[in-house]
Amino acid sequence: MAGPDKKAAAHMEERRTMTQKFSLNVNGKDQIVEADGDMPLLYALRNDLGLNNPHFGCGLAQCGACTVHLDGKPTRSCVTPLAEVGNRKIVTLAGLGTPEQPHPLQTAYVAEEVPQCAYCINGWIMTAAAFLRDHKKPTDAEIREALTGLKCRCGTHMAILRAVKRAAAMMG
Amino acid sequence: MTRHEKSTAFSRRALLKAGGALVVSLSAPIVSEDADAADGAAAVAIKPPLTPDQLSSYIAINADGTVAIYFGKMDMGQGLAIAIRQMVAEELDVAFDATRIFIGDTATSLNQGGASGSTGVQNGGLQMRMAAAEARRVLVAMAADKLGVPADQLAVTDGVVHAVNDAAKKISYAQLIGGQFFDVHLDWNGKIGNPLYAPGKAQPKDHKDHKIVGQPIPRDDIAPKVFAQADFAADIKVPGMVHGRMIRPPVAGAVPVKVDEASIKQIPTAKVVWDKGFLGVVADKEWDAIKAMRQLKVEWSQVAPPFPDQAALYDHIRNAPTRKREVGKEAGSVEDAFKSAARVIEAEYEWPFQSHARMGPGCAVVEIKDGRVTCWTGTQKAHFVQAGLAATLAVPQEAVRVIWTSGPGSYGRSDADDCAMDAAVLAKAVGRPVRLQYMRDEGMAWDPKAPASIHRARVALDAAGNVVAYDFLSKGFSRIDVNTNGGEPKDTLAGQTRGVALKSGDGFGFPGDSYDFANKRTAWETIAPLLDRASPLRTAHMRDPVGPQIHFASESFIDEVAAALNADPVEFRLRYVRDPRDIAVIKAAAEKAAWQPRPSPRKDQTGDKVTGRGIAYAQRGATRVAVIAEVDVDRSTGSIWARKVTVAHDCGQIINPDGLHHAIENNVVQATSRTLWEEVRFDRNGVTSVDWQTYPILEMAGAPEQVDIVMINRPEIAPSGAGEAASRPMAAAIANAVFDATGVRIRRAPLSPDHVKSALS
Repeated sequence: MAGPDKKAAAHMEERRTMTQKFSLNVNGKDQIVEADGDMPLLYALRNDLGLNNPHFGCGLAQCGACTVHLDGKPTRSCVTPLAEVGNRKIVTLAGLGTPEQPHPLQTAYVAEEVPQCAYCINGWIMTAAAFLRDHKKPTDAEIREALTGLKCRCGTHMAILRAVKRAAAMMG
Repeated sequence: MTRHEKSTAFSRRALLKAGGALVVSLSAPIVSEDADAADGAAAVAIKPPLTPDQLSSYIAINADGTVAIYFGKMDMGQGLAIAIRQMVAEELDVAFDATRIFIGDTATSLNQGGASGSTGVQNGGLQMRMAAAEARRVLVAMAADKLGVPADQLAVTDGVVHAVNDAAKKISYAQLIGGQFFDVHLDWNGKIGNPLYAPGKAQPKDHKDHKIVGQPIPRDDIAPKVFAQADFAADIKVPGMVHGRMIRPPVAGAVPVKVDEASIKQIPTAKVVWDKGFLGVVADKEWDAIKAMRQLKVEWSQVAPPFPDQAALYDHIRNAPTRKREVGKEAGSVEDAFKSAARVIEAEYEWPFQSHARMGPGCAVVEIKDGRVTCWTGTQKAHFVQAGLAATLAVPQEAVRVIWTSGPGSYGRSDADDCAMDAAVLAKAVGRPVRLQYMRDEGMAWDPKAPASIHRARVALDAAGNVVAYDFLSKGFSRIDVNTNGGEPKDTLAGQTRGVALKSGDGFGFPGDSYDFANKRTAWETIAPLLDRASPLRTAHMRDPVGPQIHFASESFIDEVAAALNADPVEFRLRYVRDPRDIAVIKAAAEKAAWQPRPSPRKDQTGDKVTGRGIAYAQRGATRVAVIAEVDVDRSTGSIWARKVTVAHDCGQIINPDGLHHAIENNVVQATSRTLWEEVRFDRNGVTSVDWQTYPILEMAGAPEQVDIVMINRPEIAPSGAGEAASRPMAAAIANAVFDATGVRIRRAPLSPDHVKSALS
């Protein structure tokens, strides 16, 4: 690597790891987090901003328990460094809907009594929410395909499918 | 108050308030709480001492007439809390909505065994039913006294006792005792844990009078989770808390000999906690703790690799000396019958180590303050963790409070109890509350494992093809190499890494069935663990402990015998099954699946894509389950899809059909995952299944297309366990269907694509 490139890389690495202030827009609210740039977003949400809903499942983007939306795109917050979030809008499960104004998937999850332990639901609901937003009247095969890569250890898959289909019907 | 603050706001008083326990007993001494006195609040009464022979330990009537239920088992997400509330509301004749349940807090509930062996309703529910019946009897007697009406002329409607013939004569539970504790003695059997039983003088209702039991009342713990309003154990935060991470050896059994603390000096607040084989780090910020865990330089002791090559696992089990042998059943003269047999059929089956692989690895928060210890954990057994923490920290058990808080799934002795003990060691060492969360590799590689095993089965046939003798032997690692809970340091990583010797227990199991063979023997043999300390392959209970292993073998083998005799698998089972409820579930499953009698395998298919159907059945305790799996097999890839699963299930009286339906369905999917995918991989140094790629489980694409469930309700029969029974026959049902489709018998689990492909080629 040439000298200037090396210097630039070192500078970038320093920026990534040094403690600095990040402005995050989470569930419609701007908030400041002071942390290392290489810290995954998950820890900022959970520990600095008190949003417990995204969970640590694997830290490897293999399970989905930490999923949030970044500008509407389902993203595994456990492998997303703070320095790479930028000004994208972050939405967590808590920001998807409320008991008063639930997202159809939340309504469907409650109606179908989907979860056993519920530790995994951020992945399924946030991923399915983006999928149903972009795909109206999906087929069973399309739903299964869209939800591949998520884990549910309790084996609630049948109820998840029922809930996603119920939500899809609600969303027209 | 923000939710972030809420989780820091724990105090005993707040919890008791939340627990609906602000009721005073005039007969019991009123005790003021130190914590409340300190903050200047008025003295608040607490419950009388928790003893199993007191009604107040299970049930109280609040001033507003609501019923507080204190329950010493845990609901791991199968709706147990709802079922218990239904049983109590039924006996007390109060509305379901008038009940509140408080679960798994050692300060408010007795040791009823925790989540254990699917006994939540069977044992825990029975006790709560008896306690509630006694509470009603006592309340009606009090009302009789107040109203001047004989008790046998009183009825109860929604918590109001009234004269049958004069509606004006009435008094509510709240008026009778609301805000006071019962002072009623129960006839306790002297046992704690699962067998705890303490009835009063009352008899519970006849099932014909049940109005609330049997209703599909929905779970109320789901909405708070779906709207991100409920805390898991991993979400608990207490003031001054630091974050911990553990460091595990690269070769199982190695211990640190040199720890270079300077290697993490650049990480703010990071500290090392090292005690013999115990090595962890803490830091104020979680990310710093993770970085310290990754960057800490450690020199480990040189130890011989403790494990065999994985390819040699089953030979190891075959050749290892038997440590203990137990015979379950010996009828007739098995050896003589085999000597005179016209024909003998035999086979051997193999099952690998499996991991709980919970959605999140273990997590616990431990606070040690003013000589008192508080632990938040997703354990299945809070009261045993209380004992384990007392032993680990060398404090009296009374000084320890364990508050069960939802965790990431739980299917037995997972890493939860190890984590609570590790957190306690860290908290004591650094003098701060510690939240310890394991990493993903620890959740797979370092949790207690379901034991690997081999199973030998043989039958003797006479000349007419009748089974005259049956012999079944399991040999494998013990289901209680470490115990089913972390109640003693010998059974936890924190204990073993700090020098407490493992005392490996012996236990396995027998097939659960009612096959009536004139000569029949079932037995098991256990072997020593591969490593006698802090082993990532230590074995313990995992959902339906050893049930999937044993019945993969026993029910595959029955199918092999049926095929050898050219008999239909359902018809062949019915020739020998004697228990009427067993017969009923087999017939119900066959009917629901529109089973057409014919022998296996099918002989009418060509090409790579073939289909087949298989049945298996089992008893689990008093519960019976039959499963029919219809599978698609792709010969070219070895992939199997359990496309349609039909279950017939009989667990006696059904308390909540919705809860039961979900419990069965989730068992079907998880057991399918264990059957098709799950195998802990290891090399000579340690476990190499460290994440979801190296320990794959069933994905959505592999979920069945259809699961049909027939729930046979027998309200006249006491409810028995449903939390794991449907896991038991799944593996054999699938393997039998694969045989039906392909004509190839696969005797080694999992039936993963690579195994199946090589078996088919």
